[in-house]
Amino acid sequence: MNVTIIRFPGTNCDLDTANAVKKVLGIVPKIISCKDDKIPKSDLIIIPGGFSYGDYLRSGAIAAREPIMDDLELRGNQGVFIIGICNGFQILTERKLLPGSLLKNSSLKFISKNVELKINRNDTFFTSKYQTDEVVNIPIAHHDGNFFADQDTLDSIEDNNQVALRYLNPINGSLNNIAGLYNKNLNILGLMPHPERAVDIKTGTNDGSRIFESALNFYST
Amino acid sequence: MDIYESHSINKEEKELLLNYLGRDPSHTEIGIFSVMWSEHCSYKSSRHWLKKLHTEGIQVIQGPGENAGVVDIGDNQAIIFKMESHNHPSFIEPYQGAATGVGGIMRDVFTMGARPIALLNSIRFGELSHPKTKFLLSGVVAGIGGYGNCVGIPTIAGETGFDISYNGNNLVNAMCVGLTTKDKIFYSKASGVGNPVVYVGAKTGRDGIHGATMASGEFDDESEKNRPTVQVGDPYAEKLLLEACLELMQKDAIISIQDMGAAGLTSSSVEMADKGKVGIELNLDNIPTRQQNLTAYEMMLSESQERMLMVLKPEKTEIAKEVFEKWDVDFAIVGKITETNNIVVLHNGMIEADIPIKFLTDNAPMYKREKIKKNKQNQKRQPLPSIKPKDAILKMLNSPNICSKKWIWEQYDRTIMANTLNDAGGDAGLVRIENTEKAIAMSCDVNPRYCHADAKKGAMQAVAECWRNIISMGAKPLAITNCLNFGNPEKPEIMNDFVETIEGIRDASIALDFPVVSGNVSLYNETNGDAIKNTPTIGGVGLIENIGVLDNFGSLNIGDSIYMIGKKGSHLSCSTLEEVYNGESSIDPPEINLYEEKLNGNGVLDLIQEKIITSCHDISDGGMIVTICEMIMTDDRGATINIVDNNKMIGELFGEDQSRYIITISPELESIFKKKMKKRGVKYELIGCITSSQLKINDSIIISNNDIRDAYESLIPSVMNNMA
Repeated sequence: MNVTIIRFPGTNCDLDTANAVKKVLGIVPKIISCKDDKIPKSDLIIIPGGFSYGDYLRSGAIAAREPIMDDLELRGNQGVFIIGICNGFQILTERKLLPGSLLKNSSLKFISKNVELKINRNDTFFTSKYQTDEVVNIPIAHHDGNFFADQDTLDSIEDNNQVALRYLNPINGSLNNIAGLYNKNLNILGLMPHPERAVDIKTGTNDGSRIFESALNFYST
Repeated sequence: MDIYESHSINKEEKELLLNYLGRDPSHTEIGIFSVMWSEHCSYKSSRHWLKKLHTEGIQVIQGPGENAGVVDIGDNQAIIFKMESHNHPSFIEPYQGAATGVGGIMRDVFTMGARPIALLNSIRFGELSHPKTKFLLSGVVAGIGGYGNCVGIPTIAGETGFDISYNGNNLVNAMCVGLTTKDKIFYSKASGVGNPVVYVGAKTGRDGIHGATMASGEFDDESEKNRPTVQVGDPYAEKLLLEACLELMQKDAIISIQDMGAAGLTSSSVEMADKGKVGIELNLDNIPTRQQNLTAYEMMLSESQERMLMVLKPEKTEIAKEVFEKWDVDFAIVGKITETNNIVVLHNGMIEADIPIKFLTDNAPMYKREKIKKNKQNQKRQPLPSIKPKDAILKMLNSPNICSKKWIWEQYDRTIMANTLNDAGGDAGLVRIENTEKAIAMSCDVNPRYCHADAKKGAMQAVAECWRNIISMGAKPLAITNCLNFGNPEKPEIMNDFVETIEGIRDASIALDFPVVSGNVSLYNETNGDAIKNTPTIGGVGLIENIGVLDNFGSLNIGDSIYMIGKKGSHLSCSTLEEVYNGESSIDPPEINLYEEKLNGNGVLDLIQEKIITSCHDISDGGMIVTICEMIMTDDRGATINIVDNNKMIGELFGEDQSRYIITISPELESIFKKKMKKRGVKYELIGCITSSQLKINDSIIISNNDIRDAYESLIPSVMNNMA
């Protein structure tokens, strides 16, 4: 399996994500710059967390307009699997590869804590190693994670069963407690929690590992 | 007011300056003298005394005098760390003041070649009920978080205190810890006549001009007018600068490097040249600027953030340029090293300044200020009212200095880098070294109440508490940094306290082999003549060689026995209990016996490393019962405590006697534990056992976990979430 990580200048979870992929899957991912012309051949593309261009404007707004995102969109349409974590999720919604948007947390404060999340479905590329409705513990660390969509969009997300994860308890104002969601084709996942920080029990939880393991599972079976 | 006075250069200093130069200085030169001779840059009141600190040990690679201190952690790895104050700017503009404090200390660490792996802070405010505290606390916390979270360094530990003496001057002390290999440590000493001096980082603007001078004076009712001297932080620019610098450091191009902190271009260029005993020539025409028509004076004094100065190997200049361009960071050759021993500043074809460097450094004014011991004879200790233990426990947990600071630390990213081992629990922060079994424990500590009552004892206690917190995590304490926050040193009593503080730190760090490797002094923390309590914040680091010893450590098992290491408590003078019940409390802080401190600490460290005990916490503010409450809350367990003599209950529960720990242990290991402690001569007391829930003392006092948690967690959210 070829894993590619795209880093923007202010990305700060690229090394954590690469380490997690290495630790969990034994695969060395390729880290590319957003200034590169093309994304190399990949089975999984990850946009990690951070502050892509400082995010003084809307989080991810500038990054979503980088030329490399044209290639990412193309790959997404071709069915390549893509994960956007935290800032990556914000970039994917800014690019409209995922519906809705991520507003400032309802507290207007940065929130960093381990949260309980419920896995909404386990029949996707990213979640086959979880149980449906399983509750997992993964850290969040964001200022803008308050998921918002207009009613029609929200209805269609729910009708199409696009929700990936929900916060067990309200945390940042997200509608329907949405912490992560898929595109309609289920090959693109965006989520606010940081699975790459939850791959070693010594750091408190390893509940994030199975997102990466599920991906590998898909390619090895 | 003449031009010298308006630059805070007093009459004697003016004479000295004119004498040195033998001519009238230019406006730019006056500016340069004023910042270099400011208390903040010259340490003119403290320099003489700081030399007395204990700074050596086999673990020390670099002590004070560089951008940060360096200690050896084995396997060719080194830890680089320092703490710095950003008090004055944070009071005027809390968000930017605190944010740039974090940015500045991070640059001190990565300047030396280390990637930052953790941030800590010690922040102090006026009374929680003071109208300005809410504004300052929310701004400072958001600023610390906003900067560290964006650069992507976890903020893993710290302390927050409230006291009336900070009503007019809050404190923001930020600490950064970085990791490097021993063969990749970079210093600021310039060398090589003709070598290029290179400016990298953000563009220079008019912000922060005279920040160092502002930070060297007291406040009055018009301090708000200093707002333009506060710098504005851009953590995104810092992130790019960090990555670019670390990349260049792999390319053998850098001769010396120094961040532009207080007094910006002036102090960085002077310090680099001074260390190398060379001269430096700057051509300001080449400085990247944010706006047009900046004068030489403004460029030399600007404290715009996220900038560095380097001396490069000439043949590597192109390679360096490519690295910085790749990261979208400005790169400009702005001068060269000369053999003149002067700093020469050129702008628009004119010589704006030409000053022998020694006048700005070694020959800068130094004062051995008058000192007088405080007269404590008229102070009387107010008796404590009659206290019901149950009420007192809940009242203590709900008091500003004891209560949970979760509202604060939940705004700091603590899990980024994925190596934080004890998120939100334990006495110190703990971060694993990537790809090893090692971890670094870190803590910052001081009890200003003790320091105010007795400067020397208080300083010793701060060092000892930091050592204790690191021990409680199972780590071997290595070295410390400090921030010495005081009022006006021209007041003999404050100067005396400062000197006693140095003595206290020295004695404790010698006794505990816990040397000082870096630090900072912040004086003139006064408003309208009212000084803060002495606050010598101590930041320490310790090493765990094998994190395997922590498997299953830190969890309370029902049936475990609870022991106290050290003697039963009784000392209530100067305690948190006194503060909570009597308000001011500053007569006799607890004695500290450094021999016993070391004995108990090493005994506890052995117990953790031999995996004999299941958890360990030090006893500090609030005494034994506060420690126990914190322990059972973290693990959602209960405890039963037995106090033999009811008449001694208050002292045993709340006494703040020093050098003590609470440990828990499975009953079958008690005999080994006792044998080990007796052999070492460490005193211990059985005080109770772990239960499934509720706190029970002598069958007569019962408090539910919910009540404990409510008391502990409700105070700060209830104050802060009511933003008026």
